[in-house]
Amino acid sequence: MAEKNLLQAIHDGLAEEMRSDESVMILGEDVGRAGGVFRVTQGLQEEFGPERVLDTPLAESLIVGSAIGLSVNGMRPVAEIQFADFIPPAFDQIVNEAAKFYYRSNGAWTVPITIRAPYGVVPGGALYHSQSIEAWFCNTPGLKVVAPTFPADAKAMLKSAIRDPNPVLFLEHKRTYRLIKEDVPEDGHEVPLNKARVHREGGDITVVSYGLMLYTALEVAGKLSEELGIETEVVEPRTLYPMDRETILNSVKKTGKLLVISEANITGSVSGEIAAIVSQEAFEWLDAPVIRLGAPDVPAAAFAKPMMDFFVPSAEKIEAAMLELARY
Amino acid sequence: MPQLGESVTEGTITRWLKAEGDEVALDEPLAEVDTDKVNAELPSPFAGTVEKLLVSEGTTVDVGTEIALVAGEESPATEAPPKENTAAEPPTEEFPAAGTEAQPAAGGERQRAVAGTRGSRSGGNGRGTVEDAQTLRLARSSPVVRRLAAEHGVDIREVPGSGVGGRVTKKDIEGHIEQKERAPAGLQEERETFEPPETAASPERLPVHEGDRILDLTPMRRAIAGRMSLSKREAPHAWTMVEADVTGLAALREREKGAFMEREGVKLTYLPFIVRAVVESLKENPILNSVWDGDRIVLRKRINIGVAVDLEEALIVPVIPDADELNVTGLARRIDAVVKRARGSQLSPSDVSGGTFTVNNPGALGSVVSNPIINHPQAAILSAEAVVKRPVVVDDAIAIRSMMNLEVSFDHRILDGGVALRFLNAVKRRLEEYTPESGGS
Amino acid sequence: MTTEKTRARHETLDLEEADLKSIYRAMLVARRVDERSWILNRQGKAAFVISCQGQEAAQIGAAYNLRPGHDYLYPYYRDSGMTLLLGQTPRGQFLSLLGKKEDPNSAGRQMPGHFSSRELNIVTSSAPVGVQYPQAAGTALAFKMRGEDGVVMACGGEASTSGGDWHEAMNFSGIHDLPVIFLVENNVYAISVPSKFQVAGSIAKRAEGYGFPGHEVDGNDVLAVYEAAKEAVERARRGDGPTLIEAKTYRMTAHSSDDDDRRYREREEIEAWRLKDPIIRFEKYLFENGLLDEDEKEAMDAEIKAFVAEASDYAENAPFADPEEALDRVYAEV
Repeated sequence: MAEKNLLQAIHDGLAEEMRSDESVMILGEDVGRAGGVFRVTQGLQEEFGPERVLDTPLAESLIVGSAIGLSVNGMRPVAEIQFADFIPPAFDQIVNEAAKFYYRSNGAWTVPITIRAPYGVVPGGALYHSQSIEAWFCNTPGLKVVAPTFPADAKAMLKSAIRDPNPVLFLEHKRTYRLIKEDVPEDGHEVPLNKARVHREGGDITVVSYGLMLYTALEVAGKLSEELGIETEVVEPRTLYPMDRETILNSVKKTGKLLVISEANITGSVSGEIAAIVSQEAFEWLDAPVIRLGAPDVPAAAFAKPMMDFFVPSAEKIEAAMLELARY
Repeated sequence: MPQLGESVTEGTITRWLKAEGDEVALDEPLAEVDTDKVNAELPSPFAGTVEKLLVSEGTTVDVGTEIALVAGEESPATEAPPKENTAAEPPTEEFPAAGTEAQPAAGGERQRAVAGTRGSRSGGNGRGTVEDAQTLRLARSSPVVRRLAAEHGVDIREVPGSGVGGRVTKKDIEGHIEQKERAPAGLQEERETFEPPETAASPERLPVHEGDRILDLTPMRRAIAGRMSLSKREAPHAWTMVEADVTGLAALREREKGAFMEREGVKLTYLPFIVRAVVESLKENPILNSVWDGDRIVLRKRINIGVAVDLEEALIVPVIPDADELNVTGLARRIDAVVKRARGSQLSPSDVSGGTFTVNNPGALGSVVSNPIINHPQAAILSAEAVVKRPVVVDDAIAIRSMMNLEVSFDHRILDGGVALRFLNAVKRRLEEYTPESGGS
Repeated sequence: MTTEKTRARHETLDLEEADLKSIYRAMLVARRVDERSWILNRQGKAAFVISCQGQEAAQIGAAYNLRPGHDYLYPYYRDSGMTLLLGQTPRGQFLSLLGKKEDPNSAGRQMPGHFSSRELNIVTSSAPVGVQYPQAAGTALAFKMRGEDGVVMACGGEASTSGGDWHEAMNFSGIHDLPVIFLVENNVYAISVPSKFQVAGSIAKRAEGYGFPGHEVDGNDVLAVYEAAKEAVERARRGDGPTLIEAKTYRMTAHSSDDDDRRYREREEIEAWRLKDPIIRFEKYLFENGLLDEDEKEAMDAEIKAFVAEASDYAENAPFADPEEALDRVYAEV
């Protein structure tokens, strides 16, 4: 078992699936010779050839649409959208096509595609290289939306996504690509696409988060435990849609207090859905109002760093919210 | 013409009870009024002189019509005109100002209400307005607390809250339930043993007469009522008293209090001295630091002193745990802190549980004799009265001494008068030992 | 003289008498199913009808070149002529029209005209226009990657060329020489908007810009369409790349049962096109070549009408799916 960051883990997951299944292929912008703008697919075209690691024209609807067509003719394509911000042209293909094939054909046609998309705020990324777009897709039955944060999970879940008969939107927080390193199992490690993960247990408050915010929340949780004895249970949904409600509800039923943190614009967010689920299903266990922490309702993170930092929930804001809940 | 009931739109002045030029006191009847709903006297909302009657007897006027002018004794508190103008403008109040708000019976309140609007216009009289979240938090509990309370038959109002602003948290009620369920039948922690008054189920109501006011029980009042009833019902109270000459202590306190305040940031009262004396005396007479447990007596090892704190509308007894490990300064600090928490509604459950003996301090309010009710199931309670200078005979001469009465109420099941007095005299002796030179603190 | 010439025409296409009769019969079946659908609608039994009338030659002429269950078809919502030819049945069409449980396309989930058959490789279709083209390119790419001789036919009206998806797919197919045939059935109207406000220049000529052949054909001449499609399919099977066919035809009905076309087109225009009705034209060809006579035609038509009526009755009497089945098959089991 070797220590890998998120980039390497995803790379390895792709390579292993391509080696074990000839129908697995990659298509997208700059994925071939360049190895992707983040180098996730580096070296794969050399190993698997220019068709199985295909540089496409700069046309997102085509990337996803052709992936659908490939998938109904025996292939298991992994389509890369270079930045999640550029996914809207492919929206129709994802939401109206891929997600609905199975239902609209009464189960005749499956669309086993995986759409990888780096999301989230990154310094210098600004409005169109920063967005958290998960909410756009998290009310699309027929689609699975996953957003693992840690390398071992990401590798295992990418493999699950590729093997899944349904279309899967696989979101990777680009700020965590090199930030987090951990031991990543070589093979055989499996994570299903319907299970949340409890990162640390605690009885005082529950924090549900994903992406960079999860990483920050875990650090703050450790600090509060050490300094104040406040024990936070941190739950990562991992799959945002359809979500593992049970794990979240079980945690909230234990602690009675819930903070949901993400980087997305707060209104209409996945956080809002989590809050709603808990309010409805765990009302009688709640000991405090459910709190959401997210980005303000402005279009996206700005280019200038002070504005960018202001946009993202900071460790200080997260700590303050956790303390507020703990003391409530 | 005030609005004397819903849907009443007019009223007839049947008789003026005051003539022009008469003095009228606040709330004194001014006129008799007949409406289609009620016949009533109109009490004056102001004290002053009746300057002019605007409506003749037998006349029917609409609600809201001005019926008299009353010259007030002083300018209204709200919008007092500048002094130089008072001569030019006679201090005349129109009566009533408006039908909707001039319910005469509430004249005094009205003045207060008007005055109250100076600070916040939107405040109104507090009725029918939406309270802020902070206020609601105190009064309301979260879903889980309500569910647990229902499942375990707990009255949430009896649970001390440690949450923001004193709200009962899930942990508070879980702790409460755990203690309640763990405690054996006969021996229950005092704070948690509230039994609802027997009348709670379907109380036989006393007749209520006109003008009587009904106060719904606050949770605190209800708790006090239950506990006091329980104590009086369960424990056969006996009572005894001694006088203590605390002239030396009074002088010591007088000499030290300025420096103490400066040094410690808390007031030096008699209470820490008294608690100190009590603690020492309890060690000599451990039977007073015990509880009645059905068919046996449990002598407590720890000495945790409850200190009765008057909260104006209620009484609460925060506990100083292990008070025998504190000196007078430490006691002063701890008492001050816990009293402040009590007044700020920030007591935690641990602040009010585990007491083994209670010190009552009505002297702070000027009492010279009291007959306290035991904080059941404790064995006894001590009352320390006000320090007053009295002529007393000292060495066959009359001297002016600072005197304090000390009393105990005790559970006669547990102990008898002899030991109670030995304890009381030990306390007395300790308090009398202080001199202005004592390094007491 | 005329006989010599036309006989030579179907013979040069390697079509035998049986083929011609199959083509004719398929066109007639499509027409009769369509007509029956309108009757069910006007009787209040079918909520919605969308029609293929007038486009039978374009559809059947092109699809007659496909190998059902091997090649892929991305039809659009008027392509009932094609899907019937490839193996879907009138009964299935009526079950779909009435939204019954046995609807082979979707079990009552989709509107009529949204065809699907996994066995026949008719890929499930939707209502947004043009989305099928990138999918078709992807399906063609899969054939190419595996070195198989499968081809993909992707169909749409002229308005489906107005959006980006068509261009993205044309471009991609041109880049990789994909085995795909773009069949544009130019029926002049996109609901109410005529092609002069929909299409700049020529659709067929756009193929040149993407580096592959584009042909404009008389879409009401079934043999002309067959010929163009035959060439395109053979080219694709050889691995030589895509072809665009623009079949010029005409929509003989209103856009759908919910559309009143009197608001935007003259009756005279329709009457003029009725004279060019592809079925009448092909009948004439068959009569002229002695391949069909009036008696045989009447017999065939009577037989078709009978089994169409029977299919319609079957569908009317067929059950709906349980309402709760709306909850099923959202996700495929892992």
